[in-house]
Amino acid sequence: MPSLDDLRKRITSVKSTQKITKAMKMVAAAKLRKAQENAEKGRPYSEKMNNVILNLSKSITDKENAPKLLVGTGEEKVHLCIVLTADRGLCGGFNTNIIKKAKSYFEKIISENKTLKIITVGSKGYDQLKRQYKSYIVENISFKESKNINYFDADKVGKIIIEKFEKNEFDVCAIFYNKFKNVITQIPQEQQIVPLNENKDDKDDSGNDNDYEFEPDEDEILSNLLPKNISTQIFKAMLENSASEQGSRMTAMDNATRNAGELVDRLTIEYNRSRQAAITKELIEIISGAESL
Amino acid sequence: MSNLFNIDIVNPEQSFISKDNVFEVVIPAVEGEIGILKDHIPIISFLKPGIIRVFSESEEQSFYVEDGIVEFKDNTLSVLTSSIFDLKDADKNFVSESIRSAEAELSKDNIDDQKRFLLNHKVEVLKSISIN
Repeated sequence: MPSLDDLRKRITSVKSTQKITKAMKMVAAAKLRKAQENAEKGRPYSEKMNNVILNLSKSITDKENAPKLLVGTGEEKVHLCIVLTADRGLCGGFNTNIIKKAKSYFEKIISENKTLKIITVGSKGYDQLKRQYKSYIVENISFKESKNINYFDADKVGKIIIEKFEKNEFDVCAIFYNKFKNVITQIPQEQQIVPLNENKDDKDDSGNDNDYEFEPDEDEILSNLLPKNISTQIFKAMLENSASEQGSRMTAMDNATRNAGELVDRLTIEYNRSRQAAITKELIEIISGAESL
Repeated sequence: MSNLFNIDIVNPEQSFISKDNVFEVVIPAVEGEIGILKDHIPIISFLKPGIIRVFSESEEQSFYVEDGIVEFKDNTLSVLTSSIFDLKDADKNFVSESIRSAEAELSKDNIDDQKRFLLNHKVEVLKSISIN
């Protein structure tokens, strides 16, 4: 049975923890609104980019000579995985979920005897992966210094990918990030960016005319556009990720605050009980002392 | 009948401008400037450093762009670019900084002709901005 003093100390300590989690929740909520806004603002760009590429790839007739970034190298021996995580913890299952998704992919690659290369973006991902996959990690990027998500950071990652691709260092490239669905749900995503996965090209919109005029020709536009698309995809992933991170943190901190509240209630009851017990004990002592006189 | 069409300029962070009352847009495409009017045929092209001029009923706006992609379809002109600013709020320091970095890039030996051409052009355009 803890003493009254101990209980009082515990109550104060839980209360101050609660204050911290509450503050973190507020901060996350404020940041979430901004991040969500940014994610929404960024959507038109990537959508338009996708549209243009879709239209372009439809009009490409010569599949053999199409840019390799679009159709792939023809092999799929070396897989490059970009794992996008947060730089900070205390955000519930956010980082763990991405890592889990990525790990299952890694296992599949390794069991198929293919070569695996990993680039981690964000320090938390690196921390969690280095124990098990240290030898596979080729690069570890972190944007701790930049306050906001900006396109230049995404472009840096994109350029690294292109450079590696031109040196034939990988055949397939996939990115892992959390897609922001709503504040409570974030879905870990795996998205292949090289070669470009045309999973929705079989839509029946052949009705509208796609007789574009290209200047210069399709191939040149494509080879100019595809590297940009990679940066765009990464940027999109980063935006989604940051919204997810704040959402996840907000939920986690909300839960923590509530749990702390429950704990305080329980401890307070315990404290009051033992205080009452002490008083009762003293009263009994006094009464029995008076009786014996 | 009106001769107006829509323009959307988006950069990765946000939608830059979106107007539905422009009658002419001049864009610096790689193979030369293109003026676009209503009912232009669908076209996809990409940009070189230069100035986009947007003529709408009420005003004329000019933007500096470094690169990007343009698509014109169904009387909507979409410009996707990662580097754009309005000439009206051009930052002198930023412009001179860009000129300097482009010139530094030019002085390197290992650049190919096409890149050299683009950089030269960029310096030219930027200088013309800083004079105004």
